[in-house]
Amino acid sequence: MFQGIINGVSAVAIPILMLAIIGHGWHKKVKVYEVFTEGAKEGFNVAVRIIPFLVAILVAIGAFRSSGALDLLTGLLSPLTSWIGMPGEVIPMALMRPLSGSGAIGIVSELINTFGVESLPARMAAVMEGSTETTFYILAVYFGSVGVTKTRHALPAALMADLAGIIAAVVVTQMVFG
Amino acid sequence: MINTIWIVLMAGGILVAGFQCLGLDYSSAAGLVMNPSLVPLTDLTKGLFDSAKASVNLAMGLIGIMALWLGLMRIAEESGLVKIFARAVRPIMIRLFPDVPDDHPAMGAMVMNIAANMLGLGNAATPLGLKAMQELQKLNKVKDTATNAMATFMALNTSSVTFIPATVIGIRAAANASNPAEIIGPVILATGVSTTVAIIAIKVLQKLPRYQMPTDENPPAAEGEGV
Repeated sequence: MFQGIINGVSAVAIPILMLAIIGHGWHKKVKVYEVFTEGAKEGFNVAVRIIPFLVAILVAIGAFRSSGALDLLTGLLSPLTSWIGMPGEVIPMALMRPLSGSGAIGIVSELINTFGVESLPARMAAVMEGSTETTFYILAVYFGSVGVTKTRHALPAALMADLAGIIAAVVVTQMVFG
Repeated sequence: MINTIWIVLMAGGILVAGFQCLGLDYSSAAGLVMNPSLVPLTDLTKGLFDSAKASVNLAMGLIGIMALWLGLMRIAEESGLVKIFARAVRPIMIRLFPDVPDDHPAMGAMVMNIAANMLGLGNAATPLGLKAMQELQKLNKVKDTATNAMATFMALNTSSVTFIPATVIGIRAAANASNPAEIIGPVILATGVSTTVAIIAIKVLQKLPRYQMPTDENPPAAEGEGV
């Protein structure tokens, strides 16, 4: 039932939001069509402006992952992570999540296929997927889109939050499903 | 900092691939065996080119969605809907973003972005977030440097304020989980922890001397802290 509600909210949220925006605009006598196209014009510029930042970040992450460097780091970290109750199988997820959204989803799917959807590693990875974000991608793209190159404390703070989120995901999953 | 991370990712990847070309095998009964091969390096090169191509495809895919949301957002601005929305969460926003005037368009765009993130609407969140950054940049006096408001907004975004992790529930449902949505409770707890840490970290770090905002247009050369 609960899941039905969740799926329902996800399905109707965007159409309702669009209807509300257009409806309210019509009610306030906004020339919705002209105003829409005026705003939409910016879309192209923004998307093109972020390309250099996307290339820099995605190529670096690709190199780190496809070379096997990520697996190497996983091996080095395993003594540390077992201490906080994180199974070794979940380490690639914790490392991948801040770097790549599609990579992280790939790892969740792989853990589900290998260990089963109700297994602890698969559940833990799912909680991490839901509770953290692709930090590097977001920072590169958002700051890149406005030409900010000196990001000051944004990256250290974001990485601290990621670490806290990953540890919280491990602890909560162990408490609820362990 | 991002310079260091970029070098580690790029050089680390290339060096590890180079090392794997040696083909060292420790498990063999005959002791250490070497099977040199250039395949790891050629695979790496191919992977790098594929990633570069994929980034442009990603940006091209974003054009249409960006245009759609920026168009809708403009209607919502003109009609005053964004203001109504922003006023509702004003007490929280003025504490998080004391430097942003509370009737500035940046507030509205940030509120819409955070709301989209909470609902797990990634497609809507990115265009609204980029819009918010543009509005914040208008308030920025030193254009190449992040303001406190930008850094706070980024910390909120990257710590992911999520109530409905739609993607991962979808994956679990596809794998026939008996209750795909059972992770929602743990997700809300964990995301609460990471968002709390993000806000504390951003407010503490912005007071440190090394993260001070330069006061004039020509600040002394920073110590390699650029993107």
